[in-house]
Amino acid sequence: MRPENYQVVSLPNSDEYELFIGPNHPGIEGNYAFKLKLDGDRVISGKADAGYLHRGFEKLMEGRLWIQNLAIVPRICVPDPVPMEVVYSLTVEDIEKTEVPLRAQWIRVMQLELSRIASHLFTFGGHAATTGMYTPSYWGVADRDLALDLFEELTGGRVYHIYNIPGGVRRDIPNGFLDRLSDYLDYLQTRQNDYDNLLFTNQVFVKRARDIGVLNQEQALEWGVTGPNLRATGLAFDVRRDDPYLIYEQLDFDIPVQSAGDCLSRILVRRDELFQSVRILRQIIKHLPSVKGPVRSPIPNPLAWNVAKGESYCRVESSKGELAYYTVSDGGDKPYRVHVRGASSMHAVQVLENMSVGQRIEDVAQIMFSLDACPPEVDR
Amino acid sequence: MKKIKYDDLGSVLNPLKNLQFFARKPVTEPLGPRPAAEIYRGFHLNDMEKCIGCSTCQKICDNAAITMVKIPHLKEDPVNGIRNLRPAIDYGRCCWCALCVDICPVGAIELSREYVHTCNGDEVDSYFVLPQEKGMHGTFEEKGWTKTETNDLLDRKRLPMGEMTPDERGDNFDEIVNGFTPEQAILEASRCVQCGMCHDSCPTHMHAPEYIRAIWKGNVEEAVEWMYESNPFSHVCGRVCTHRCESACSLNQAGLPQGSEPIAIRWLKRYAMDAVPHERIKEIAARKKTDQKTGQKIAVIGAGPAGLTAAFDLVKQGHEVQVYEALAKAGGMTRYGIPYYRLPDDMLDRDVDVIVSMGVSIQYNIRIGKDISMEQLHKDYDAVILAIGLQSGRSTRIPGSEHEDVHSAVELLRRIGSVRDDMNTAEDLDFKVPHSAVVIGGGNVAMDIGRSLARYQKQQYNQVNMTITAIDALENFPADDVEIKESLEEGITIIPSRGPQEVVLENGKIKALKTWRVESVFDADGRFAPQYDESDEQLYDVEMVVEAIGQMAEMELLGEQLTEQLEWQRGRLKVAEDGATSVDWLWSAGDCVNGPDVVHAVADGHRVAESINKAFSVQR
Repeated sequence: MRPENYQVVSLPNSDEYELFIGPNHPGIEGNYAFKLKLDGDRVISGKADAGYLHRGFEKLMEGRLWIQNLAIVPRICVPDPVPMEVVYSLTVEDIEKTEVPLRAQWIRVMQLELSRIASHLFTFGGHAATTGMYTPSYWGVADRDLALDLFEELTGGRVYHIYNIPGGVRRDIPNGFLDRLSDYLDYLQTRQNDYDNLLFTNQVFVKRARDIGVLNQEQALEWGVTGPNLRATGLAFDVRRDDPYLIYEQLDFDIPVQSAGDCLSRILVRRDELFQSVRILRQIIKHLPSVKGPVRSPIPNPLAWNVAKGESYCRVESSKGELAYYTVSDGGDKPYRVHVRGASSMHAVQVLENMSVGQRIEDVAQIMFSLDACPPEVDR
Repeated sequence: MKKIKYDDLGSVLNPLKNLQFFARKPVTEPLGPRPAAEIYRGFHLNDMEKCIGCSTCQKICDNAAITMVKIPHLKEDPVNGIRNLRPAIDYGRCCWCALCVDICPVGAIELSREYVHTCNGDEVDSYFVLPQEKGMHGTFEEKGWTKTETNDLLDRKRLPMGEMTPDERGDNFDEIVNGFTPEQAILEASRCVQCGMCHDSCPTHMHAPEYIRAIWKGNVEEAVEWMYESNPFSHVCGRVCTHRCESACSLNQAGLPQGSEPIAIRWLKRYAMDAVPHERIKEIAARKKTDQKTGQKIAVIGAGPAGLTAAFDLVKQGHEVQVYEALAKAGGMTRYGIPYYRLPDDMLDRDVDVIVSMGVSIQYNIRIGKDISMEQLHKDYDAVILAIGLQSGRSTRIPGSEHEDVHSAVELLRRIGSVRDDMNTAEDLDFKVPHSAVVIGGGNVAMDIGRSLARYQKQQYNQVNMTITAIDALENFPADDVEIKESLEEGITIIPSRGPQEVVLENGKIKALKTWRVESVFDADGRFAPQYDESDEQLYDVEMVVEAIGQMAEMELLGEQLTEQLEWQRGRLKVAEDGATSVDWLWSAGDCVNGPDVVHAVADGHRVAESINKAFSVQR
């Protein structure tokens, strides 16, 4: 029996339908969701839907001692945690005017580049998998694991290193670490041909990635896109070179650029960047032994550490782009405010939504992976 | 780097390249357990013997994963800074950041290389673990992340305290220690981990963690308020306390390669007291005073730390208190025993003034037993507190010790204390400063009299000829290490392990002190029975001998009848834990019960006041 006041709702005749992908979906990077409106295979509009992993990192940090936040920050980007630790430490050091020993700066750059390699390897696999090629994802994860082995040896932790601390790093590098790092770099270089054959010159992949998800330079700048996604549009902007931090000025490296701004360009920029990181690490292996001295300048007792009143904005180049922290201290033992400018927060929402329009449904996942979006950076 | 040709379609034979992988080693890890890295951050280990239960790990833990659990069979020793609490880890919360390892003051907690733990549904509590030396599953799998000098997070070095050089201080009684500046005090206070070991070990349980925190926050008034919760002699204790707190401090625990110094708790107390104006201190101290009057009257005999602390507490609770002091000024041994260079009189005067301002009335120059009898006090007051201290010195009773130039240290210090002011000069003294003297004894009193006389010698004769000798070996001297160090700096000769045998007299004057070398002080049963090597005899040519081997109470004031009435134990007044004697209107406190120590006397004063208050409330 229908109620008396029941009226049939008549909808206009339409072929449109809605599709919800995520938050736990192989085509989505991390805990993220996407609401698509489709007409057949074609995307009419997309709506990014964040919030599935919200832990309130920024707010949490206001309630914890300065040093306790070291254990939170790496969680904001799981595949590439080192820049988070480094840039948080940089802001605190900047406010406190702490001098970081030179050796610690070299060790930090070593970690940053190794972390970039580990992150890019992860992305290769993810991107390839969205096109139906699963072998690169196995390779990428296996090769990334070797980098994590090195991190484990260096920091005691595989994924969350919690190794950088305001004032430097927590321990010096273990004996023979640089030799093992060097072996790993040799190995990666032998793998270059394999990856090229399997992925980057593989026509199955190239034809699938080309001209998909095109972002032109003007749009990229307007939306605040940075990192490999910006460089894939032809603009060679890199914080490491344009606003050098730590000891990047002393290092010799190129900024890889592509011009097409499509999915293929983005992954090719990452490919080149990975081997630029290898180049940087080779220089570090050569120089680090000659940089003597302590790896940490002392900080006060962390349980009673009032960081001077002040604020600082520091940025580094993470694997996703320009990562920055804006830290404010009111002179207390906890931060007054920490704002994280997650690199992905720029390209994981508007850019992704806009670029999906007009694409076919099977390319949406590819676009997201090609942008290397890291949802916790949106949801911090 | 070569540009890749991604446009190139390549050869049709390209897929055949894959055949090469048959000849390659697989990239996957071999099956089977994989050893973790050398500094891996796995499950916790805790050295149960080394751990002192200070709970610093709990404080640094950013996930609240650590709970301190009481382990009843372990040692609980507050005096040495050991609690029987041990950290238990909730692995549902732990993030293996190892900050607990880096901050542990003693280096007891460490991480292992063990990283696998599984359980089925009904064993979920197996994730809540009390770490042991053997690791998570009782199978020790090597240490992982441990404490090194690099990752230690604590500030181990104490801020150096400015003080006068031996040359500057040798001929005057100016206070030696400068005290902290505000910046120094905040830095020193910032080293504290707030474990509270100091509070537990302090006889009067001062709220040291709270006032250190307040000093660190720059709020000295709050610090002073915390001090007056438990110690109305904070000026005195900020200068001359035996600082049990510092011995118990977590940062004082030995066993770390880099060494570790305790927080300068005593100097911080002194800093806060000096930083707050005197009038403000009076206001702060009076905050907890009740407006109600109980109508009960209490007499206190002796205006020393114990008597005045009891008076302070009782007045706060609304009782009427009258203090009788035999000497001309208040303070007892703190005034007439401790030299000016360690405790200037005006600091003591301030403490006394705060107590008087609370409403305590003190009558000076009244000797109970002579001017007023105990019976009279009993008649006039509801309760009487006996806090007379230890006023007479013990004698060695060696031949010649009855000579008039053989003095007891306390008596001599009292004579010095009665005349001293800022400008102590030998002319004021009622005895002649000896050209040479020897002090018998190795305690702080011996150092006090030795150093005082040495100052007068330097003033009058421009040279120090002072010897301190004791039966103990130097490492067993009861005196503080710093006292021994400073005595030596001031030109005093210290001769340990000598037993005095005779004061050699010649023509009615002292010629020398004869000593033998000590072979052993105690017998096999641990009783005091010194053995001497008589062949090793030394004579010290001196004009004066001072005996500083211990003190006794003068109990004559009680009178015959009361002495009869009271219970005694081996010649000492029998006193219960709360200070009550066997007579229901008489309590006893301070040095005359517990032996010489300021902070113990203060603690005793509180105890007695509480006991009296309780007795009164039962009556009411």
